[in-house]
Amino acid sequence: MKAAMIGLTAALAMLAAEAAAQGGSAPGKVKIGFVSTYTGPQAAIGADMKNSVELAVQHLGGKMGNLAIEMIYEDDGFKPEVGKQKSEKLIEADKVDFIAGFIWSNVLLASYKPIVDSQTFLISANAGPSQIAGELCSPWFFSTSWQNDQTPMAMGEVLNKDGIKKLYVVAPNYPAGRDMVAGVKRTFKGLVVGEDMTKWPGQLDFAAELSKAKASGADAIFTFFPGAHGVQFLTQYAQAGLKGQIPLYTTYTIDALSLPLQKDLALDVPGTQSWVNDLPNEANKKYVADFKKKHGTYPSFYGAQSYDAIMLIDSAVRATGGNLKNKDAVRAALKKADFKSVRGAFKFGNNHFPIQNFYQQTVVKDAQGMLTLKTVAPILTDHQDSYAAKCSMK
Amino acid sequence: MLLLIEQILNGVQLGLLLFLLAAGLTLVFGIMDLVNLAHGSLYMIGAYFAATFVDWTGSFVLGALLALPAAFLVGIVLERVALSTLYSRDHLDQVLATFGLILFFNELVRLVWGPGGRTIPLPAALNGTVPLLPGLDYPIYRLIVILVGGAVAFLLYWLVAKTRLGMRIRAGASNREMIGALGVDIRLLYTLVFGIGAAFAALAGIMAAPITTAQIGMGESILIVAFVVIVIGGIGSIRGAFVAALLVGMIDTMGRAFLPELLRAIMSAPAANTLAPALASMLIYLLMALVLFLRPEGLFPARRG
Repeated sequence: MKAAMIGLTAALAMLAAEAAAQGGSAPGKVKIGFVSTYTGPQAAIGADMKNSVELAVQHLGGKMGNLAIEMIYEDDGFKPEVGKQKSEKLIEADKVDFIAGFIWSNVLLASYKPIVDSQTFLISANAGPSQIAGELCSPWFFSTSWQNDQTPMAMGEVLNKDGIKKLYVVAPNYPAGRDMVAGVKRTFKGLVVGEDMTKWPGQLDFAAELSKAKASGADAIFTFFPGAHGVQFLTQYAQAGLKGQIPLYTTYTIDALSLPLQKDLALDVPGTQSWVNDLPNEANKKYVADFKKKHGTYPSFYGAQSYDAIMLIDSAVRATGGNLKNKDAVRAALKKADFKSVRGAFKFGNNHFPIQNFYQQTVVKDAQGMLTLKTVAPILTDHQDSYAAKCSMK
Repeated sequence: MLLLIEQILNGVQLGLLLFLLAAGLTLVFGIMDLVNLAHGSLYMIGAYFAATFVDWTGSFVLGALLALPAAFLVGIVLERVALSTLYSRDHLDQVLATFGLILFFNELVRLVWGPGGRTIPLPAALNGTVPLLPGLDYPIYRLIVILVGGAVAFLLYWLVAKTRLGMRIRAGASNREMIGALGVDIRLLYTLVFGIGAAFAALAGIMAAPITTAQIGMGESILIVAFVVIVIGGIGSIRGAFVAALLVGMIDTMGRAFLPELLRAIMSAPAANTLAPALASMLIYLLMALVLFLRPEGLFPARRG
């Protein structure tokens, strides 16, 4: 009896696997794989992205044109090799039509080749490594975020505007961190008096770096510490007595997810971003209001970019009448970016990265006393990244 | 010069934190012959308990004091329920089982506390700097970590070197079978040692949490360094763990602090900027390789003959 049950279970499992293998471009369905970090110290970011994707699917009524949406979420565990493995699983086992997501530049870089080589459309909802914007650019890749250098380039202009002459730079040593440092140096006109690249993601204690910054005589510190690391850096910056002594300028260090932990330490710390929750366009108002109603918190930029990724895919599915087999037509439709982005209208450059505005933002308290981000002023308008010229696509 | 003193203090602070973690690890490994990868989970549990108890009591000190016995209890229960079944297994089984425990604890914390991590706000009195020398302001909290860490290290030294329990622990580290044969209740000793180790790990987590925040998986990255410490110090040796922890803390901090400038003096700035962070994060492993080459048993081998 027991043996029979085992045999039956095995048979069922094999049938299920067979059915899954036969999935993919099933009539009446669009399959989207979404790779993000759902476990470990950075899980809050993945959860926020997933919430925004689910809201987008809900806003679309569960359908893109006449195709039902099937989302498959895969956890990269914050590790490049796992991200690559999960991407290959989405391509080979699930046979998805699109892969979207990716928080981390190093995870995206590891997963990039298998995805574009399989001729599956890849939409980055966050990571924007310079390599993919430049020499590694691909007709199968699109971004609904930014190229890493752009946001710190905007921050460089803010530093110039504030009259900062001597800058100390602290960022993690991985592809995005290196892009951030390159970006701020490209526009900052003063002198970089010191630069520390910390071990990523293992280093959580920045005592040595903060001591050096304090002794360097800098007018300001520029930093990039995404997710949980941003909370740690800001806390230690305050504990080291630097708040009020050497002002802090950030990119991707303070967001809707880290604010509840950073609390008042984040007040008045400047940042730059291509999307802020108070941008005055209809799509954004609807997105932010519905997100707040559903989850009680403000969405983060990670979520906004994920929402845009789903809406971009929707625009292409509808423009092609649901015929996803004609990949050239899908690409041409994606390239138009013909959808209501929550950041306002934007165009794709030749490397499929957005040409868009970047804003200075700051932390304020809203009417209910909840900490949130607020737009201060546009810093860069219709800005294209610096690697587009290196991309061979026209 | 002031910067050097400040960096030495940073190094000592990191070293003492590592020692608290490594002390439990080396005792458990040395006496019970158990490879406990879940030791880092106890560090995490300590931090999360402190976050909750500080919330409840509204006092940092009270919350931290409550978190300690709570983590001690978790350690005892963990040892009785899960780990005591592993003593007779080989190391590979222990690695597999305790790795499973890491996943279990990470998921448990995610279910109970959520994925977002917790900060522990310090009272205003601890959240600033104190002038140590003219021109040298040091964060008060880090200074307290140094003082508490130093005091606890001394307490542990006294416990192991001067008390009857310590004598049994040392005997256990040298020859497990023999002290069992001499009539010492080895199971009770194991449970106690494990509970003490858990409490030390939790104390490290509690003290680190206001600096690095309580995060899921916070134990894993620091556990690797703790293993480096016990390998350098000699497995089972408290004295070795103490010396090695300070050594590792100091070398790691000094590497991060001064290596970029040193390299910039001998090579081009872009090359130095690329090499320095990579080399700085490798230094402690280079040290471990060197110690293993010269003294494979570690600096202070506990088990002789």
